[in-house]
Amino acid sequence: MPVNADAKGKAYPPFEYEVGKEKIREYALAVGEDNPVHFDREQARAAGFRDIPAPPMFAVVYSAGAVGPAVLDPEVGIDLRMMVHGGQEFDWGETVCAGDTITTEATVKDIYEKDGRGFYLFESVSRNQDGQEVVRAIWTNIVRGV
Amino acid sequence: MKVELKVTPDRYLPHRYAGASGDFNPIHIDPDFARQVGLPSNILHGLYSMAQVARACTQAAGGDPRSLRRLSVQFRGMGFPEQEMTVTGSEKETRDGAVIVDVVAEQGGNQIIRNAEAELAVA
Repeated sequence: MPVNADAKGKAYPPFEYEVGKEKIREYALAVGEDNPVHFDREQARAAGFRDIPAPPMFAVVYSAGAVGPAVLDPEVGIDLRMMVHGGQEFDWGETVCAGDTITTEATVKDIYEKDGRGFYLFESVSRNQDGQEVVRAIWTNIVRGV
Repeated sequence: MKVELKVTPDRYLPHRYAGASGDFNPIHIDPDFARQVGLPSNILHGLYSMAQVARACTQAAGGDPRSLRRLSVQFRGMGFPEQEMTVTGSEKETRDGAVIVDVVAEQGGNQIIRNAEAELAVA
């Protein structure tokens, strides 16, 4: 059965996320980030940050609410039982800090079939409260046996 | 520039990462469920492993989180808790003032992340 690419180009509603100091701490501890700027406001400011900066990969936390509904969208039609996360790209811009409000918009970038597998590529763009782009991401999900 | 990091995620790391990231897929946190769907045990989140690549690259660039400008990875194979993960990489080229490094992550010779490319701004 060929993949249905009708959802290509579909856009999803923006998702807003308020970045908090304690969520940054929880995330940094989980992934083993030990730079004190992620935990201590004084050290963060001394290093030139507006407030406590999130580690770059914190992008997954504020983007999830935008990308999740796209991956689960019945019109996209991914068989979740057969899906693996195949690849990921982040292109960072302005640093995300505690106190920021990040708005992320997701779109279906591409859907295609290759070697009996379906490739579903989603793009998300996240901006802060001043409209500055903080990250642009490509999420590649691969579905076996399409 | 050399990228090198070793980390052994403990047994409950996937649970802490699930809470931190919001990804509670049972293949990561429930060994029984994981075995029911044909996996040897519960597996690490791919984005946790990618975060180890990000951390290794940032450290290699001197530790400033602003130095990591871009990171792309391919997930291959499965990572497991309680096994040492090794992240290694080396400089490929310098482009527009940024260092491009090629990175892999593996456990016991099995690649978890391959074809990773990071762009690092160096002071």
